[in-house]
Amino acid sequence: MSEQLLELKNIKKGFGETDVLNGITLSIEKGEFITFLGASGCGKTTTLRIIAGLETPDSGRVFLDGKDVTSVPPNQRDVNTVFQNYALFPHMNVEANVGYGLKIKRVPKAEIKKKVAEILELVQLTGYEKRMPSELSGGQKQRVAIARALVNSPKLLLLDEPLGALDLKLRRTMQIELKRLQKKLGITFLYITHDQEEAINMSDRIVVMKDGRFEQIGTPDEIYNHPKTSYVADFVGNANVISGVVQKVTETEAQVLIENQMMYAEPITGICEGMKVNLAVRRENLKVCTECKEGLEAVLEDKSFTAGQLHLTLKLKSGKTLVSCRYGMDADLKAGDKVCVGWKPEHAVFVDLE
Amino acid sequence: MKKKKSGLFLTVLPLYLFTLCFVVGPLLYMVALSFTTNGSGSSTIWNFTLENYKKIAEPVYLKSFVQSFQLAITSTLLIVLMGYPFGYFMAKLSAKWKKRMMLLIMVPFWTSSLIRMYGWILILQAKGVLNGFLMKLGLIEEPLKILYSYPAVVIGMVYALLPFMVLSVYSSVEKMDWSYVEAARDLGANSIKAFFTITFKLTLPGLLTGVILTFIPSMGLFFIADILGGNKIVLVGSVIQDQLTRGSNWPFAAALAVVLMLLTSLMMFVYRRVTHVKDLEGLF
Amino acid sequence: MKKKWKWSNLYLAIMILLMYFPLVMVVIFSFNESKLSANFTGFSLKWYETLANDRDLKEALLNSILLGVLSCGISAVIGTLGAVGMARVKYKTKGMMEYLSTIPIMIPEIILGMVFLVFFSMLNLPFGMTTLVIAHTTFCIPYIFMMVKARLVGIDKSLEEAARDLGAGPIRTFFDITMPLIAPAVLSGSLLAFAMSFDDVVISIFVNGPRLNTLPVKVYAQLKTGVTPEINALCTIILVVITIVLLVSSFLSKRAEKKY
Repeated sequence: MSEQLLELKNIKKGFGETDVLNGITLSIEKGEFITFLGASGCGKTTTLRIIAGLETPDSGRVFLDGKDVTSVPPNQRDVNTVFQNYALFPHMNVEANVGYGLKIKRVPKAEIKKKVAEILELVQLTGYEKRMPSELSGGQKQRVAIARALVNSPKLLLLDEPLGALDLKLRRTMQIELKRLQKKLGITFLYITHDQEEAINMSDRIVVMKDGRFEQIGTPDEIYNHPKTSYVADFVGNANVISGVVQKVTETEAQVLIENQMMYAEPITGICEGMKVNLAVRRENLKVCTECKEGLEAVLEDKSFTAGQLHLTLKLKSGKTLVSCRYGMDADLKAGDKVCVGWKPEHAVFVDLE
Repeated sequence: MKKKKSGLFLTVLPLYLFTLCFVVGPLLYMVALSFTTNGSGSSTIWNFTLENYKKIAEPVYLKSFVQSFQLAITSTLLIVLMGYPFGYFMAKLSAKWKKRMMLLIMVPFWTSSLIRMYGWILILQAKGVLNGFLMKLGLIEEPLKILYSYPAVVIGMVYALLPFMVLSVYSSVEKMDWSYVEAARDLGANSIKAFFTITFKLTLPGLLTGVILTFIPSMGLFFIADILGGNKIVLVGSVIQDQLTRGSNWPFAAALAVVLMLLTSLMMFVYRRVTHVKDLEGLF
Repeated sequence: MKKKWKWSNLYLAIMILLMYFPLVMVVIFSFNESKLSANFTGFSLKWYETLANDRDLKEALLNSILLGVLSCGISAVIGTLGAVGMARVKYKTKGMMEYLSTIPIMIPEIILGMVFLVFFSMLNLPFGMTTLVIAHTTFCIPYIFMMVKARLVGIDKSLEEAARDLGAGPIRTFFDITMPLIAPAVLSGSLLAFAMSFDDVVISIFVNGPRLNTLPVKVYAQLKTGVTPEINALCTIILVVITIVLLVSSFLSKRAEKKY
């Protein structure tokens, strides 16, 4: 069994009138790459700042390696942070920036030099020792910030949207690089992002946050394929959420009545006949056809072509809109066409069950 | 946690103490003093009276207020007219020249204002540089009597306070985002229209800061009026100084000061209302 | 490269010339042989000699320097600490206090002068260097406070947090991170404060006491009673000193800029 590194117990935090964190509890294992995913203002940065010691929770406790560190100041915690805007000291060169933490710990000068050189090699910045932060590009600053935190070999590395300011291409490279570093060093990474792709690509586990609560905690596969709530389904999988009433549950399928049409989904425990439910179907799993009779009647409202995908906006009779997407251009469909919308039972997931 | 807070308290403590002891305390004392009666010598009889304030309404003293305001308004107006283009043009220079100009302005600005006033005496006096020059050219027969006159005082004020205006306009033009002006030009405004609708409005806080920084001191710089104006122009500052030294009527001087302070605070209040800024940020 | 002729540059040039005209006159006449300041009759250094022998003036100069150094030193400490602390505390009185502490440069100098005169005589403080230093410190603090405050606003809060995160305590963080970043503001604020103190007549006149003269007070008194050509020489010396100080400080700040 793997060991626990960090434990959050019922953390609450408010700023003035507004509650930012509504009692969150979580434990993180050693060597894990865990990502907090959520829209801005969901409380993920506050959580990180509480773990770093830059904020004190109103109530609840933080345990690091079994010790209660709730009121331990940030400088006495074995945790380091990569800040969103890098926070490189502008008056120190790369070497001094990276070596700062070691200098505070009174590590001998020669050893600092050696360690800094090693870590700079690891982030591929050898030869940049004497540069000032203002002479570095965004990607280089990013690497220095990571090196500065990693050189202290923290038990836990906190990364606050570290790739937010980089362009898409650089971001992809850095994602791979970060993952490589984490594997190589075996340090626990706690990563914050609002980008679901980034979260899915890098993490061992994802924590989806909303309004100061955890919506769902799970592996990328669980989060993506088996969302528990409509928020997760929508935020992570861009899914359509449709409500209906369960008519019949068998071993192999659940029948759900949606807009006077019987639709099918994979059954799970916890549903019974007559229950009002929400079904999540991801956009790419929504089947749209002009000929067939099976499925929900809808009118094609709009079609658009983005990033190699055709997006169809469909309006159901009740007025609810669904979005489907698929690869390739479909010339036959045009706005105003009457179509049928359906899905395979295994693609419909029950969400928002208590 | 507790330790951290008390440490922070120690950092602001000196400022708090100093401000309370040497700003708030003395000001309150002065206000109190303005409601008392002057005794013999410079002693004070502590009874509540409004006599000092009534005395201000006497024509002699009222006139000094009017003259002070007139002078302040005239000089501030001239300073705006000369200083705004100065600061504006300066901000549009190349970075290298900006630094040079800054230095060029700072040298006279940092030099004792007395020395600068003295320079004007040399220029303006009856047998001074200006008159000598004009007479040599044959433009005038008799030397002009500029020194110890109203224009001389205005010249002195403008000269002493112009740098404040230039610097505050300069810094607000510098900070301005020129893409707004480009956008206005793009939308069809000619350069003059773009200036008045965009640049001028965006740099208005800087201009107003300059106005405050010139108007308020100009009410108190009595020594300029003294040196360049002789005894002809009596400003509030001069009256206060006179009452403090020769007149030895401290309560009355205090009342004059209170009124002057109220007037300047009123200006500050209006200024803050207009610009919505808390500090004189344009200057720094 | 051919430079484009601009009317704005002509305007700037004329204004600068006008600014320097009185100063240039002072310098020229300091070398005037004639005692009358109206005409330049010949080159002479005799006023500098008289100056060198004027003990009163030398004493006034020393007083001014001492006063400037003391008040700008004390106010640099109080103002910098205050600005750094104020940026962090959340007292209810904070806004009020910030306003109150800047009063001294918001009100006409003469009021400040008279306030100190009446206050110090009430306290029976002997007028002299002590009263001068207190008075000058009072109006020097706002310059430093405001400069440092403005600089602090421009410093990313996460820099200090990063230092804390990397293991530095609050005091270490202040000296390693905050102080180097605000140092240029502290320096320029202090220089400005020194210049203001060195230049001040109005407030000094009220609190200097009967025996102690600062340079501006002395010059003022002489200007009122009658001009002696020595003053030309004295002014020229001050002018040269200030120019050198300014060039040095501009050189220093340029170097600091390059560093960041």
